[in-house]
Amino acid sequence: MATTPLAESSAASGWQRRLANLIQPIVLLLPSGLWLTLLLVAPTLLILELSLIPGFRLGQPAGSYGLGNYLEVFQPVYLQVIGRSLGFAVGTTIVCLLLGFPVAYWIAIKAPKHWRNLLLVGFVLPLWTSSLLRAYAWITILRPSGLLNTVLELFGLPGQSWLNRSPAVLIGLTYSFLPYMVLILYASLEKLDRRLLEAAADLGATPQQSFWKITVPQTLPGIAAGGLLVFIASLGDFVVPELLGGASSMTVSRLIYNQFLGATRNWGLGSSFSMLLILAVSIAIALLLKYGDRSAARS
Amino acid sequence: MSQTVVQDRDAAQTDTKLDVELRKVFKVFNGETAVRGIDLTIRQGEFFSILGPSGCGKTTTLRLIAGFEKPTGGEVLIRGKSMVNVPPYQRPVNTVFQSYALFNHMTVWDNVAFGLRLKKCSKSELQERVGAALQLVKMEAFARRFPAQLSGGQQQRVALARALVNRPTVVLLDEPLGALDLKLRKEMQVELSNLHQELGVTFVMVTHDQEEALSLSDRIAVMNGGRIEQIGSPSEIYEHPQTPFVADFIGDTNLFQGRVGSIYGSTLQVITPKGLEILVKSQQAWADLPSQSKDVVVSVRPEKIHIGASESGESINCYEGTLKHVMYLGTHVHCVVELRSGDSLTVLQPNQSHRLPELHSVVQVYWSAADCLALPV
Repeated sequence: MATTPLAESSAASGWQRRLANLIQPIVLLLPSGLWLTLLLVAPTLLILELSLIPGFRLGQPAGSYGLGNYLEVFQPVYLQVIGRSLGFAVGTTIVCLLLGFPVAYWIAIKAPKHWRNLLLVGFVLPLWTSSLLRAYAWITILRPSGLLNTVLELFGLPGQSWLNRSPAVLIGLTYSFLPYMVLILYASLEKLDRRLLEAAADLGATPQQSFWKITVPQTLPGIAAGGLLVFIASLGDFVVPELLGGASSMTVSRLIYNQFLGATRNWGLGSSFSMLLILAVSIAIALLLKYGDRSAARS
Repeated sequence: MSQTVVQDRDAAQTDTKLDVELRKVFKVFNGETAVRGIDLTIRQGEFFSILGPSGCGKTTTLRLIAGFEKPTGGEVLIRGKSMVNVPPYQRPVNTVFQSYALFNHMTVWDNVAFGLRLKKCSKSELQERVGAALQLVKMEAFARRFPAQLSGGQQQRVALARALVNRPTVVLLDEPLGALDLKLRKEMQVELSNLHQELGVTFVMVTHDQEEALSLSDRIAVMNGGRIEQIGSPSEIYEHPQTPFVADFIGDTNLFQGRVGSIYGSTLQVITPKGLEILVKSQQAWADLPSQSKDVVVSVRPEKIHIGASESGESINCYEGTLKHVMYLGTHVHCVVELRSGDSLTVLQPNQSHRLPELHSVVQVYWSAADCLALPV
């Protein structure tokens, strides 16, 4: 008896519910959808168009469509820039991995439990300052009369000119992205099933053997995620090579900047480089989604 | 409560060599004592079970033998050698873990070959031994699979093969069948027993399942609160429990607190606070006969109690009560009888053709003086 009025009311509100189901996704997705379309998709399409107009310069009559900009990329001078950018990205990834793994391992496995979060926060702290500020900090350390040379001279070692050279860029990039690597590796190591290490020891593996045969393979997804993330971030970074790299360390990101805002103002060529950078990063993200530890990357 | 000192007398007396020996072993975790002075000897080739409720320290004891825990006090010996400073990876034991702990990034074959590869075993020998181990547990068809592609029972077999392939002195099994469903557990019990007989290796198994321990083991150590309550063969443990805990934990039992009244030769008269008089024919549970007015606990197994008038007409341990509850179990009928004294009694009757008395009717229950035990409190 009591169900009859209930059934009636639900039948009456059936069309309302259907309408709500229709409207709900629109209401929820429209604001961010508009935002993304206006500020990401549209500009990207604009750049795609510019990249297909050879030699497009602002204020000059546009030429016809063609692949000239992309062919220009293959000039030796530009290939060298691309090679250097990839070199910085790969180098940063390797250094971050070598420096980050022991830290993440120690925090996740060896450090006392109640210290772990504090240690992690300590490591992530540099991320809370602006990347520009961090690059300037490194300038004060690396400049000829800077902290590094002062310390070296204290030990009777000759001071070096550190700034405006590749090692300075590598140091700056590593400093910027090491926290990401540590966080992702930590998330992966923390999930490591300790019983597997006990099982390995039980079967005769020394701690070193357990590390290489169990810990590393078990955290491979985390290593892949951390590596690809650092690779992506350092490949596209502009601030560090611009401030620490000097004229000899031209990278793709700086080249794009120069084409748009520098002396040459070749927007067409800058656009083709932008598209290539987007392509490279997209490939890396695809790899990350396929092979990386997604839960670790999410953190 | 006075603690009975359990000595593993018969094991020490026999000539057979010992595989594992624990001497006054203590283990304290952050101020909490998990193991309180255990003495244990396990013979070569024995199927030995450590049985107890969760938190009794049985898994800690196993981990002390495996070397994952260091004893706070006492000594662990394997084949007469002290293991105090020997890390797990150098001990001649292999463990089958409760959760199996299979390496999920390796195939079944590589899991089983793990230990042999570390020992730099020759390629031909490795092939032969891994193949044989997989065959032993009937998993040779699954060698190329990964653990995630296997059922729980199959993972269990791989874990067994991974331990057995190394030909350890002792195989440690930590609740090996705990994660399996009942039917599979029964099957694996039979296979474990067959494997043990076939290989002749010492098995030390930790379990909370008394039936599993009773059916598989040569000897059982019953643990409670970090101590060993009793060590003995399954029938000794079941028929002659030495403490009320063992009597209650192994199988069902009826326990009566009481005090020794008079003593007639080897028969004790125990009087409960509710006025029940129980005659107990003394068993070897007592080192010497308890004296008069000593507190004891009387244990009577439900299957030793009969309902109806005593056939021999004796009036020993014969009481009147009301049939309060009847549960049909197929082969048996489970009854609860409330005695005149107010005590509740669990009775297990074989399902015979004759009909049981009506529910709530007055019945007589009786048991022989030799079928109950008086245990020290």
